[in-house]
Amino acid sequence: MTDDHKKVEKDEISGVDTTGHEWDGLKELNNPLPRWWVWVFVACCVWAAWYWVVYPAWPTLAGATKGSSGYTQYDELKENQAEIIERQKAYLDKFNESSFEEVMKDPELYSFAVAGGSAAFKDNCATCHGTGAEGSKGFPNLNDDDWLWGGKVGDIYQTISYGIRSGHDEARTSQMPSFGKDAILKKEEIDSVVDYVLGLSEGKSNDKMPGYAIFQSNCAACHGEDAKGGRDFGAPNLTDSIWLYGATKEDITSSVYNAHAGVMPAWQSRLGDSTVRQLAIYVHQLGGGEKDVPKAVVETDPVIVETAPKAE
Amino acid sequence: MNLKSHAFLEKNSIVLLLMIIVVVLIGGIIEIIPLFRQETVIEPVEGMRPYTPLELAGFNIYIREGCYNCHSQQIRPLRDEVARYGHYSLAAESMYDHPFQWGSKRTGPDLARVGGKYSDAWHVAHLTAPRSVVPESIMPTYAFLKHNAAKIEDLDKHLKALRLVGVPYTDDMIANAVNDATIQATGDPSTDASGLLGRYGSKTIARDFDGQANVVSEMDALIAYLQVLGTMVDFKATKEVEAEAMKK
Repeated sequence: MTDDHKKVEKDEISGVDTTGHEWDGLKELNNPLPRWWVWVFVACCVWAAWYWVVYPAWPTLAGATKGSSGYTQYDELKENQAEIIERQKAYLDKFNESSFEEVMKDPELYSFAVAGGSAAFKDNCATCHGTGAEGSKGFPNLNDDDWLWGGKVGDIYQTISYGIRSGHDEARTSQMPSFGKDAILKKEEIDSVVDYVLGLSEGKSNDKMPGYAIFQSNCAACHGEDAKGGRDFGAPNLTDSIWLYGATKEDITSSVYNAHAGVMPAWQSRLGDSTVRQLAIYVHQLGGGEKDVPKAVVETDPVIVETAPKAE
Repeated sequence: MNLKSHAFLEKNSIVLLLMIIVVVLIGGIIEIIPLFRQETVIEPVEGMRPYTPLELAGFNIYIREGCYNCHSQQIRPLRDEVARYGHYSLAAESMYDHPFQWGSKRTGPDLARVGGKYSDAWHVAHLTAPRSVVPESIMPTYAFLKHNAAKIEDLDKHLKALRLVGVPYTDDMIANAVNDATIQATGDPSTDASGLLGRYGSKTIARDFDGQANVVSEMDALIAYLQVLGTMVDFKATKEVEAEAMKK
């Protein structure tokens, strides 16, 4: 490159000045930058300077400049959330002050709760219980009327709030013994009690089966003498054909040998009371929700709804 | 512009080299110096602790299997994300991650607050056969994690290396790393977990994560890691910090 910038000359063909640079006889035309480009560039520079002043931009020793607008994403989030809460307020305030009973009687509040519960269910519950609450092996179907811990809206509310074996102080907790692993029953005894239990749901079992006595002395304390379950312990009804951990002889043998202890997390601290109440109402209306009845009746007959068991 | 002086630079390679070094240094200083003051942008929060050795083994598996390719760990302060995943992520929550697992793509859901959201049994079922619990899932199967013993014998070295980059592991933690990992994964009531809880806090979860007692599998390690994600920070205390910051 030559350093003589005085060699600028006019190019004959284009009529444009050269830059004065020359590389082995090659010369460069000094065309100006397109005007539009220059103006865009200037506008960007002005915008950048404005941005530096108005928004947080420059790192400093104490953090970063705050910007004259004081903008933060956190504030923006709070505004957006406030806007939604404001929009829901018409129902939300009333919902929060109403008891379950009152909500159920008010069609507007009820549909508000079901809609809110439905959204929260898909985000949080569907992962285990399925998008249609149909459940899968180890994760209960919530559409049927077979409830381990109770199907009244208050029961469901408590289960969702504190979970099952979740580690929360108020969680529902019970533990079935591992009759095989902990050598409580012999292999043949497990075999006969499984035959008895399997027969119960098929209507084939009777008191004379060898499994009957074993059942009465080992299982009846929680599952009940009639094997219809005990909700104080979350013990399932064994006479219906709904099996949480599978309906085959192998599945049931496995459950007796090495007991299950399903865990459901506590949601109260994660979702907040209002959302948990909406969820309870949503789950309650899925199909199997039980009606609230006066307490005295509950104590004499813990299983309120006894309809024919649905197929899995 | 004086083209002549530029020609001088181009004709004297040493001068050119020196000028290049000066320019790179200026750029470097602008990029690097703020990092020395990083603590000024990390909100002070209650509850953050370094990963336990078992959780760290899980963290390493998370990276090895490339979970970050499909899962982010970063809840942005946007209304929909907060509604779905919970409180937005704080800088402090990934300050002990080396490397951080913020990710850049969500083929699967964000995992920043997955801890405690599902049961261990669900995680085992899901990692073993994702479609058995989430029919629409396209996640690959990680059933083999259950059959692989977790590599815990060199965890003390991992802790030591992390201490070099600023994670506050104590000598006590490093000395007990292998033992702590075993105790946390077996969850046997007869084993004494008080040492582990003393070192990492009473909220530390020690139990049999994968349903295979007496085995410390990679499944144990990964689930221990997943179950602690996003659960450390005490958000009641954080709210006060935020309120303070708002006043300023």
